[in-house]
Amino acid sequence: MNPTLNLWLIPVLPLAGAAINGFLGKKSSRRAVTAIALFFSGAAFAMALWVALRFSSVTLPYQEFFAHWIGITGFSADFAFYLDQLSLVMLLVVTGVGFLIHIYSVGYMWDDPSYYRFFSYLNLFMFFMLTLVLANNYLLMFIGWEGVGLASYLLIGFWFTKDSAASAGKKAFIVNRIGDFGFLIALFLLIKHFGSLNFKQVFNSVGHLTAGTESEALLTAIGILLMVGACGKSAQIPLYVWLPDAMEGPTPVSALIHAATMVTAGVYMVSRSHLIFERAPMALMVVAVIGTLTAFFAATIGIAQTDIKKVLAYSTISQLGYMFMACGVGAFSAGIFHLMTHAFFKGLLFLGAGSVIHAVGGEQDMRKMGGLKSYIPWTFLTMSIATLAIAGIPPLAGFWSKDEILWKAYQVSPVYWGIGVVTAFITSFYMFRLWYMTFFGDYHGAHVDEHGHGSHGHDAHGHGEPHESPMVMLAPLMILALLSLVGGFVGWGNHFEHFLAPVFGTGEPAAEAASGITEKLLMGVSVLVALAGWGLALLLYYQRPELPQKVSDALGGFYQAVVHKYYVDELYTVLFVKPLVDGSTRILWQGVDRKIIDAAVNDSADGARHVSDEVRQMQSGNIRSYAAWIAAGSTVVIAFMIWMWTEAR
Amino acid sequence: MVPSYVPLSYYLLLSGFLFACGVVGFLIKRNIITIFMSIELMLNGVNLSFVAFAAHWHALAGQVFVFFVMVVAAAETAVGLAIIIAVYRTRETLNVDQVNLLKL
Repeated sequence: MNPTLNLWLIPVLPLAGAAINGFLGKKSSRRAVTAIALFFSGAAFAMALWVALRFSSVTLPYQEFFAHWIGITGFSADFAFYLDQLSLVMLLVVTGVGFLIHIYSVGYMWDDPSYYRFFSYLNLFMFFMLTLVLANNYLLMFIGWEGVGLASYLLIGFWFTKDSAASAGKKAFIVNRIGDFGFLIALFLLIKHFGSLNFKQVFNSVGHLTAGTESEALLTAIGILLMVGACGKSAQIPLYVWLPDAMEGPTPVSALIHAATMVTAGVYMVSRSHLIFERAPMALMVVAVIGTLTAFFAATIGIAQTDIKKVLAYSTISQLGYMFMACGVGAFSAGIFHLMTHAFFKGLLFLGAGSVIHAVGGEQDMRKMGGLKSYIPWTFLTMSIATLAIAGIPPLAGFWSKDEILWKAYQVSPVYWGIGVVTAFITSFYMFRLWYMTFFGDYHGAHVDEHGHGSHGHDAHGHGEPHESPMVMLAPLMILALLSLVGGFVGWGNHFEHFLAPVFGTGEPAAEAASGITEKLLMGVSVLVALAGWGLALLLYYQRPELPQKVSDALGGFYQAVVHKYYVDELYTVLFVKPLVDGSTRILWQGVDRKIIDAAVNDSADGARHVSDEVRQMQSGNIRSYAAWIAAGSTVVIAFMIWMWTEAR
Repeated sequence: MVPSYVPLSYYLLLSGFLFACGVVGFLIKRNIITIFMSIELMLNGVNLSFVAFAAHWHALAGQVFVFFVMVVAAAETAVGLAIIIAVYRTRETLNVDQVNLLKL
């Protein structure tokens, strides 16, 4: 007998917060809005912790039925929730990091005129994200999937009076539609062939499929289509272009949605569908190749960015690539492990970047920062921990998860491992580049008061120096820093993998024992590579600050290409956007709409008017002409009658 | 009643002639009073044909009908003359070609 966990409360609590703040927030004070937003997201976190405590007392996977939704012959989908080790990890990450970022946002957004709107959207996002991770069928998951897309759109375009923010929101939404289209078709295929979208039933049917090319082709198609969906949501090649632009949103949004949680939904979805992928080696390979390429490609772009948030955005894309690489080599638990540690340190990096931006009055260009470590010591300290963590310096969180992925990748193919290691080097380099440019050297920025406060409209300070953020922003930074420090140890001795083993199945213990030395060796290589990246950044951006200019001059055109993100946006504009816009303008609008549809309506109206113009001449108002018409008409009628009469005889 | 030596066609010809006179007067005259009289002429032409047929077929309905026509014509005359007086008071003319405001 399973005790009830009331899982439904976890997503519904933030929904209530979103509704209250959304409908009543405009009239209430900032304090009331804060209290409601924090209470409901905190309550969700508390519920998640409670569920985690009760976790061992329920039989897994635990399912909870909430309400009927769709029930037709041969297909049904319910509002029902599903809890296993995988959803528990996601649940804790989403509610925990989400709650911390809520707290941080209180400080960051305090002076924004749309304070209540921000928290309403943020709570709404939590609702959809929790629906996504707790759903027990693909359809409910898809609702959450689309919902987080909506929340992402609303929050990227939060400062919608700024043109760039509004179009960034649209870009994110439209690019995600492409991925969602693939996801939808995958769902249709599942319904068609398995008659269900319920996880348990689908995976059962997949398990009972007889092996053969036909079933493998089906599963490959489903897997690749699911991956298309994941590419959109998790910003993988070729659909990653929306994520860097999404940095137009407020920084806490970048931390929560575009680093820690929403963008990892694709990884979660692929991991959740691991039984499908495991039966389709081809699809699995697609996942691995896309992940590896994205990891490398995005990391190289990250080198040359000067906007602090853009660097982190490309870094996020790159780290997501690692997660997909892990999924692609069948190491789903390593992917989820990296997802979790990444949520800690990348959330921390974004929040730290927000604190930096806050300190220098809205400036995001790293060239105008520098020397900030003495102004904002706490931010500096926490950012340093996050930088070390993402660079893969032991014993911080990023090291354990990244190393786990690289080790698993090596077992499948050294090629993945090789690219992964190079990427790790680049990651370490651009992260320390960011670190040195921001915190070391001399302060290059204008004094805060001279150019007023940035678009965020922070409160005015009496002094012109960069200033440390308030405690409400620093506390989440410190907690996340602590998690980045120690979060990796849950993977110690493969604890994390064993915890997730009931979901993903056990790995290959034999290989582990046999190649212990290789693993140690590879671990050493990763650490060396990370240190080498640090050393290079130290040389270029601390000891010899004039060198980067020379290097970029020497590289010439290639450097320009990297600065311009390999012109991918321009390429997409030429290949897809322009043909679509031109086609819509010339053919659909000028051609079909104006020349056919409009013309049909207008011409029939014009025709009626022309005829009426002629006919109304009869309405002269002249009584004798009316009389003449009557006489003529009756003459005709009588003549006709006489004619008929004579005919009849 | 009607002497048999006058054939029906004579009555009908006279009736048609009266009606045609009414139509022509209605169409060519400009004075409202004259037009009004032309209408009466048409009505009486029709009345004549009714009584002629009634006598010829020995059917009473035709004569009853004539009474109705006369009653309606009297009512119409009363209303019509009232309208004509009203028109004359506002427009100071009886020429129908100048009473042409009722148009698009």
